[in-house]
Amino acid sequence: MKKVVHRNSTSRILGIGLALMLMFSTSLFAQDGDPAKGKQLFNANCAACHNLDRKMTGPALRGVGDKYEKQWLYDWIHNSAAMVKAGDPQAVAVFEEYNGSPMTAFPQLSEEDIDNIIAYAMEPKPEPAQPAAGAVADAGAAGGSSGFSNNVILAALVLVFGVLVVMLYLVNKTLKRIAEANGIEFEKAEKRLPIWKAFVKNQFLVLVSSIALLLIGAYFAYGYMMQVGVDQGYMPVQPIHFSHKIHAGDNKIDCKYCHSSARVSKTSGIPSLNVCMNCHKNIMEYTGEEDLANGYTKDFYTGEIQKLYKAVGWDANNQQYTGESEPVKWVRIHNLPDFVYFNHSQHVSVAGVECQKCHGPVEEMEVMYQHAPLTMGWCIECHRETDVKMDGNEYYEKIHEELSKKYGVEKLTAAQMGALECGKCHY
Amino acid sequence: MMKSFVKIGIVFGMAALITSCADESRPNYQFMPNMYESVGYEPYQESSAFRNGVEAQLPAEGSVNRGWMPYDYPDTEEGYLAAKANLLSPLDSTNVEADMAKGKELFGIYCSVCHGDKGDGQGTLVKREKFLGVPNYADREITEGSVYHVIYFGRNSMGSHAAQLNEKERWQVTSYVMKLKGDLTK
Repeated sequence: MKKVVHRNSTSRILGIGLALMLMFSTSLFAQDGDPAKGKQLFNANCAACHNLDRKMTGPALRGVGDKYEKQWLYDWIHNSAAMVKAGDPQAVAVFEEYNGSPMTAFPQLSEEDIDNIIAYAMEPKPEPAQPAAGAVADAGAAGGSSGFSNNVILAALVLVFGVLVVMLYLVNKTLKRIAEANGIEFEKAEKRLPIWKAFVKNQFLVLVSSIALLLIGAYFAYGYMMQVGVDQGYMPVQPIHFSHKIHAGDNKIDCKYCHSSARVSKTSGIPSLNVCMNCHKNIMEYTGEEDLANGYTKDFYTGEIQKLYKAVGWDANNQQYTGESEPVKWVRIHNLPDFVYFNHSQHVSVAGVECQKCHGPVEEMEVMYQHAPLTMGWCIECHRETDVKMDGNEYYEKIHEELSKKYGVEKLTAAQMGALECGKCHY
Repeated sequence: MMKSFVKIGIVFGMAALITSCADESRPNYQFMPNMYESVGYEPYQESSAFRNGVEAQLPAEGSVNRGWMPYDYPDTEEGYLAAKANLLSPLDSTNVEADMAKGKELFGIYCSVCHGDKGDGQGTLVKREKFLGVPNYADREITEGSVYHVIYFGRNSMGSHAAQLNEKERWQVTSYVMKLKGDLTK
């Protein structure tokens, strides 16, 4: 009995010891912080100015826990400006290195939060994922194989068809031979008038068909003439592959964010590169979806962002402008003839027309193209159909009242308001 | 027999040739190019008239836009703090509603893609993890002056939006931002 009790106690000691050790190790872990929570906090609070691996507004933060004392980091994050003022040598050094731009104080972060963030920053840099490359290759093969199998099916069909033709020919030949062997003679075909001579003899047929030919010819000639000077579908190659699909479609950036002068001026304007840099100062690589069929890989898009940096003269490593900029020679797509006046602000701000009404589904265009024909007929059609937007526009009130009485309608179209007058656009 | 094959071939060949000329990456023919192509300069056109080869020129140094008012606070930390403490909105207080409506519209265009419709820092770009660390207005000490200053010059990762908004529009956005902050801290 005693022995058993004794054995029990040893196992108990062992058990308690294990429990203690576990507790100790978990508490150690807690002290070090939780990298997952740290990542969340980092993204919400720090990522505007810091990246783990590259310099942004502030320094790269990977391994920051080794560079400074923990208490120093707490103080710095809670109120860096006070430390600089107090003359802390390390604080002053960082402050000076980043051109005296102070770090925002984060008094709302507890020491535990900061521990979590440091734990996240201390994680080793992840290796570029190898299997991803394999997956890409697989995806490419799969993408190719669908086209490949289509081709195979087509080739098989052609082959079957060819075999059928040959078989028919052979059957016909053997049948003929059998017939000859049986002594049946084939009648020679009677010599008939050639079909074209018969056609010329029938004068009515000639008349009808020549009229038909003329009409068809005129139809196609008219169609050809009418499309001269119309650039619908024009899709030039631009110096930087700017995807409206990614910017306006996926990221839902308003058209007028970049084309801001469409609100207030005659032209919608080509955005100057500082507008690009409002976002791309931060976004230096593409992380979205790829379109392998067209060769739009992540590297491709990242390369296009590099073209932007080169043109605007941005040194991404040192986070400053070099001053060596060059113009980007965008190719103009929508171009009205010189004899037409068109004003964007009149349509965008006053009439409140959606950009897509004329420019088509831009948010789906990987490569920008001209959606509308931009012919006069096309303008007129819209002016005839569209009611004048009256809400909140006192300017139109009086004339709208008088004209709607004159025409006996409730709502005036743009045409009734005078949008068909020649001089409105041609002068 | 052979001859007719040749004829059919020629017709198809011609058709193929004509359709192959329709190249999407090049503009179409024009009837009378003189009436299409502007004699005057088009915006942003290349031009040999200027030394740097473009029509769009910077205004002469020291020139002032019509209606432009000088902004006295410099783009420095001191300027930011001074604007935060002293700068007040010049907007007419009797016209708040219209200004707020305009401010809301402009905020939707220029700000909400990062700052979120409510100013909580949860815009589309943040949700899609393109742009991280956008603060909630409720968490930051901001005043009319500091908001205007930051729209004007940008700060840290935010760029200047002075090119996209004129002075009045900047103030309209500012007052809308302060309203959002009020709603968030309520």
